[in-house]
Amino acid sequence: MAQQTNRLTPFFENITFDREDNELVLNFGPQHPSAHGQLRLMLHLQQEQIVKAHPDVGYLHRGMEKMAENMIYNEFMPTTDRMDYIASSANNYGFALAVEKLVGLEVPRRAKVIRMMILEINRLMSHLFWLATTALDIGAMTVFLFAFREREYLMDIMEGYCGARLTHAAIRIGGVPLDIQDTFIAQLKAFLDKLPENIKDYEDLLDTNRIWLMRMEEVGTIDTDMALSWGCTGPMLRASGVAWDIRKEEPYELYDEVEFNVPYSDKGDNFARYRIYMEEMRESAKILYQTIDMYHECVKNNQTELMAHAPQYVSAPKLDIMTQNYSLMQHFVLVTQGMRPPVGEVYVPTESPKGELGFFINSQGGAYPYRLKLRAPSFWHTGILTDLLPGHYIPDVVSIIGTTNIVFGEVDR
Amino acid sequence: MRAYKPKGNVQAKPYYTDRYWKAPQVAKFDVESDEVFSADLAAIKSKFDVKEAFIQVEQMTVWINPSDIYEVLEFMRDELEYTQLSEMSAIDFLEQRDEFEIFYQMLSMSKRKRIRIKYSIKNGQAVDSISKLFRCADWSEREMYDMFGIEANGHEFMKRILMPYDWQGHPLLKTYPLQGDEFAAWYEVDKIYGKEARDIIGPELRDTAQVDRYDSERFARLGHEVPKGMDPDVEENKDKTQSYQEDGGVFMIKKLDKESSKVIDDPQR
Repeated sequence: MAQQTNRLTPFFENITFDREDNELVLNFGPQHPSAHGQLRLMLHLQQEQIVKAHPDVGYLHRGMEKMAENMIYNEFMPTTDRMDYIASSANNYGFALAVEKLVGLEVPRRAKVIRMMILEINRLMSHLFWLATTALDIGAMTVFLFAFREREYLMDIMEGYCGARLTHAAIRIGGVPLDIQDTFIAQLKAFLDKLPENIKDYEDLLDTNRIWLMRMEEVGTIDTDMALSWGCTGPMLRASGVAWDIRKEEPYELYDEVEFNVPYSDKGDNFARYRIYMEEMRESAKILYQTIDMYHECVKNNQTELMAHAPQYVSAPKLDIMTQNYSLMQHFVLVTQGMRPPVGEVYVPTESPKGELGFFINSQGGAYPYRLKLRAPSFWHTGILTDLLPGHYIPDVVSIIGTTNIVFGEVDR
Repeated sequence: MRAYKPKGNVQAKPYYTDRYWKAPQVAKFDVESDEVFSADLAAIKSKFDVKEAFIQVEQMTVWINPSDIYEVLEFMRDELEYTQLSEMSAIDFLEQRDEFEIFYQMLSMSKRKRIRIKYSIKNGQAVDSISKLFRCADWSEREMYDMFGIEANGHEFMKRILMPYDWQGHPLLKTYPLQGDEFAAWYEVDKIYGKEARDIIGPELRDTAQVDRYDSERFARLGHEVPKGMDPDVEENKDKTQSYQEDGGVFMIKKLDKESSKVIDDPQR
C-alpha cells in the first residue's frame, strides 16, 4: 500500500517564530498522563510561570447529542454510561429522570430506594477514583493503591447487581430492572463499616503531608464570582463558598427524607476541594446507611414494584409479557418503535459526583428526541482553566487539573 | 426514478407512524400559579418585551426578542438574583420554519428557581454574545457555533471547540447525516495519506454497523477455509485449506490428522 507517512509534517512548517518577549508555548497533552484523558492545554510560559492558557478539547467527541436524535429513548440509556464513565449510573439516572419528568411517570418507592443506593455507591466510587488519581498525580502512590482497593470493593457490589463494573446501565426509565441481590446489603454494610477507617487512613497520609499541603494550599484559588460566572457546580462551587447541593436544594428521589450535610468551604483552593471530597464521602456513607433502613422498610411493607406502571411508556414486568397478550403487544411496540413522549421541553438537573448534570430534552412527540442537550459539569470545569491557570507555575497545572475532577467522556460527549 | 427523500431532516425516522395519532402536550401552567415566577416575570416585563411566558415541568419559559438578550440576562443576574447560566444552546427548526430556537437556562440559587429564556433567529442570523456577562457562555457559544454554525457577535474567539478547526459542516444540523457527509468520509484519509492516496485507500467507513466483508462464499465452511481472496471452489485450492494447529503440535492437544481421525457419520450412534 502506498502510504506516505511523512505527510504528518508540522502544521506551521513555513513560519518562523521570531519573538522578543521570550515566551515559550508549551503543548500539554492530549496524551499527558495527568491530563485525565484527552485534555490538550496550550500554555504560554514566561520562565516557569503561565501567562496564558488555552484548553483544547474535543479529542473524545463522539457526538452523543447527535446520536440521541437518532435513537429511541431507551436505546440511548447505555450511551449515557460513556459520559462520566467513573460514575456511569449517575448519568443513567439523570437521563431516566429527565424522561420521567417529561412523560410524568411516578416511580415506585422501592425502585427509588435502590436508585439512591446505586447513586451514592457511584458517588463513592467516583470520589475514591478522584482521590486515587489526584494523589497519584501529586506523587502519593500509597493513597492511589488504598483508594483503588476500596473502589474495587464497590465495583464488585455493582457487578453483583448489574453485571458490569464500569458502564452499569443499571437504571431504566421508570425504575430499576432488578431488585438488589441477597448479598448486596451485607456487602455494602461491611464496606460502610470499614469506610471511616479507610478515610482516616487517607487523611493521615495526606492532611499533614508537607508535599501535599505545598501542592494544594492556596493553589488554584477560585473565588465565588468566578465560580458562578464559569458555571461551576458540585464540589468546585462548594469549595468556593456556595453551599449549593441539588440533592438538598431541589430534592429529587427521596433525598428530602434522608439526613445529610452539605460540606462547603470559602477558601476556594485545591485543598478546600480535597477536603470537600473527603467530607462528601462521609456524607454519602451516612445516606447509604439510611437507604438500607428504607429498603428494609419497603420489604416489610411488601412494596415489591420496581417499575412504574405506565403501559404507554414502560414495558410490563417480564411475567406479564410472557403470559398476557396485551402486555406482549405493548412490549413489542415499545421495543421496535419506542415510546413517544408528549410535545414539550424539560431541563432536569441532578447532582452527579462532578456537579450539576443536566439533561435538556425537546420532544416533538416523536420516538426520537428532537433535541437533547447534555449539560455536563466537567465542560465548564475545563473551561475555567483558561482563567484559572495564568499566574500559576507548571507543577500547579497538574494539581489544578486533578482537583477540578474533569472526565473527558463528559467534556466532549 | 428513485423515490424522493426530503433533505431537510435526514435523522432517523420511525418505520411506522399512526397518521391519526395526535401527540399530547406536556402541561403548561399559567405563570400566576407561582409567586416567585410571577414576580420575576413582572419585573422582566416592566423593562423588556415578553412575547410569551409559561411554566412547564416546574420551570418558567420566557420568550423574548433576540436583540434584548444581553440586557435581559444582565437584568436577571443583577436584579433578580439569577446568578448562574447553567446551559445554553440552539434547536434546529430550519426545515419547519427556517429558524433556530436559542435557549438560556438560568438558575437562581437564592430562590431555588430556574428560568429558561428563549428566542428564535432566522437562518444565517447571528446572536449577541453574552460571554462578557457569564464566562461559561464563552465555551457554550463556541459549541453552538461548532454544532449549528450560529455565530455570536462580540465573541472574542469564535472558533470550533469540539470538532477540528479545519472541519466543514455543522454536525447537529438536521440536514447533517448521522454518519457524516462526504467531507467527513475523506477527512482522515486526506489528512494522513494525502488526497492522491484517495483511490488506493478509499473513503473512511463511518457506519460502524456496516460489515465490510465480501467473502460470503467462504462463510461457515468449517474445515475448508482458504486464505482471503482465494476461491475455495477451484480444484487447485482444495488442498490449501488452512489448518489452525502448529506443525509441531500443541502441548496436551493432539494434532488433527484428517486421514487417521475417525469421522462419526451417525450422530445418533
